[in-house]
Amino acid sequence: MASSEEDGAGGGGGSLEEKEKGRKRRLGALATAWLIGYNIAMTAGWLVLAIAMARFYMQKGTYKGLYKTIQKTLKFFQTFAVLEVVHCAVGIVHTSVLVTGVQVSSRIFMVWFITHSIKQIQNEESVILFLVVWTVTEITRYSFYTFNLLNHLPYFIKWARYNFFIILYPAGVAGELLTIYAALPYVKKTGIFSLRLPNKYNVSFDYYYFLIIVMASYIPLFPQLYFHMLWQRRKVLHGEVIVEKDD
Amino acid sequence: MGSRVTFFEVEILDWKTKQQLCFLDKVEPCATISDIRLMFHKSYPKWYPARQSIRLDPKGKSLRDEEILQHLPVGTTATLYFKDLGPQIGWTMVFLTEYAGPLFIYFLFYFRMPFVYGLDDKITSSPHPVVNLACICHSFHYIKRLIETIFVHRFSHGTMPLRNIIKNCFYYWGFAAWLAYYINHPLYTPPSYGQKQINFAVIMFLICEAGNFSIHVALSDLRRDGSKIRKIPYPTKNPFTWLFFFVSCPNYTYEVGAWISFTIMTQCVPVGLFTFLCFTQMTVWAKDKHYTYVREFKDYPSLRMPIIPFLL
Repeated sequence: MASSEEDGAGGGGGSLEEKEKGRKRRLGALATAWLIGYNIAMTAGWLVLAIAMARFYMQKGTYKGLYKTIQKTLKFFQTFAVLEVVHCAVGIVHTSVLVTGVQVSSRIFMVWFITHSIKQIQNEESVILFLVVWTVTEITRYSFYTFNLLNHLPYFIKWARYNFFIILYPAGVAGELLTIYAALPYVKKTGIFSLRLPNKYNVSFDYYYFLIIVMASYIPLFPQLYFHMLWQRRKVLHGEVIVEKDD
Repeated sequence: MGSRVTFFEVEILDWKTKQQLCFLDKVEPCATISDIRLMFHKSYPKWYPARQSIRLDPKGKSLRDEEILQHLPVGTTATLYFKDLGPQIGWTMVFLTEYAGPLFIYFLFYFRMPFVYGLDDKITSSPHPVVNLACICHSFHYIKRLIETIFVHRFSHGTMPLRNIIKNCFYYWGFAAWLAYYINHPLYTPPSYGQKQINFAVIMFLICEAGNFSIHVALSDLRRDGSKIRKIPYPTKNPFTWLFFFVSCPNYTYEVGAWISFTIMTQCVPVGLFTFLCFTQMTVWAKDKHYTYVREFKDYPSLRMPIIPFLL
C-alpha cells in the first residue's frame, strides 16, 4: 500500500526510563489473580493430556488410536489458548498481539484444520511427535508463567523453558510439516475446504495449494523465531553479558 | 559600519557511530536546512539531499528543508546528526509505476493471453457484456489516476524510500492480477440481479470518479501559487465538492465508493476484499489528515468527520 509521508526518521518517542516504568507497572490484583488461575489451569490441562497419552501407550503398547482418545482434551485446552491473544490486546501481558496471534493461530490451524478435519492422518507418527513436543513445551511454559507471577520461580523451570526449546522447536516443526505433507493426498482427493469455479462469488480457493504455501512459509518463519528464542535465552540465562549500545 | 554577522559552524555526525562526517564553517545564520543538505551533498555525492535525514538528536525527527539555522535550539557551533534514508524515488515516478502496472496487467487477462487461462481459451472473448464494461471501468480508473499524477497533483514531500515501492507494487499489481483473473475467466458468472445491478453500479461508479476528480482539482487549486502551506479545503461551486461540508477527505470517500461500485458491478469476492483493504488504509490516512487539520486550525469546521459523513 502506498504509504503516506514516511521519511524513516524515528519518532523520538518515550525515553528509556519511561519504558522501564511501563514494563514494571504493577498489574492490578484482579488481573494477577486471573492470570495465575489461567496459567495453573492450563498447566493442569496439559498435564492431564500428558498423563492420558502415557497411560494409553502403557496399556495398549501402540500409539494407534491414541489421538482419538485424547482429541477432546487437546481441542479444549488448545482452543482455550486463544485467550492469550486477548491478554496481550488488553495489556495484562506485555507481549505483542501479533506474535501471540501468529503462534496461537498456527496451533489452532493444526488442531482444527488438519488433524480434526483430515481423519485419515490421525494415526501418523508425525502427529504423536508434535503432540509430545507440544505437551512438554506447554507444561514447561505455563508452569514458568505461574511461578513467575507468584514471584517464586525455581531455577530448573527457568532452565527448562530456555533450554528445552533447542530440541523441541525443530522437533515440533518436523512433526507439523510431516503431518501436513501426509494430509496432502487426502486433500487433493476430497477437495476439502476448496471452492471451484463457476460460482456466483467469482472466486476460487484450492486448499491443496494453500497447504503447500503454508509449508513453504515455515522456511522464512522458523529460523527467525528460533534465533529470537536463542537471543532471549542468552539474555535471560547469561544476563548482563549483552549490553545494548544505547547511550 | 555594517553589522557584524556571526557565522555558524556546523558539524554533522553519523547518528549511530557519532563519527564526524562533515564540518562546515562560515555558515550564514539565515541558512536553511536545505542549504546545509546541499553543502553536505558536495562532500558526499552519493547522499543526495532527498536521502539525508538531518536531526538535532540522533534519534530525533528529521528537520524540514525550510528550517532556518539560527532559529534552531543550537549554539553558534551546531551539532547535527545524519541518517541515510536509503535510495529515494520521486512521488511522480512512484504513482506512475503503481498505476501503470494494474492498467496493463488487467489487459493481459482481458485479452486472454495464451499463458493465462490455458491454450483452449487463448485470445477468445467473454460472452458477457459486463466483462467488457468492467475492463472499461478499471482502465478508466487507472488512466484517470495517471493523468492526475502528471497534471493535477502537487506533492508536499519530494520523495519516498525505494524499498516501499517494491512492497507497494507487489500489493497493487498482485491484486490487479488476482481480480482480473476472475473477472475475465471463461467460467465467470455475471451478477445475480442482472442488468439492474450492473446499471446501478455504473452510475455509482461515474458519480464517484467525477467526485474524486473534482476533489483532486479543488485540492490542487489550494496550492496553485506553489506554496507548501496547508490550507483548509472548502466546498466550491462544483456540487461534487459539497462533500467537504461533511468530511475532511472526500477524495478517499469517493475512491472507496468507486471500488464499492466496481464490486457490485462484477460481483467478485477478490474485488470486494481489495475494496475492504482500500477502505481500511484510507480510513487510517483520512484520520491522520483530519486530526492534523484539527490541531493546526482553531476554526476547523466541527461538523466534518474524516472519511464517512457523521460516522467515521
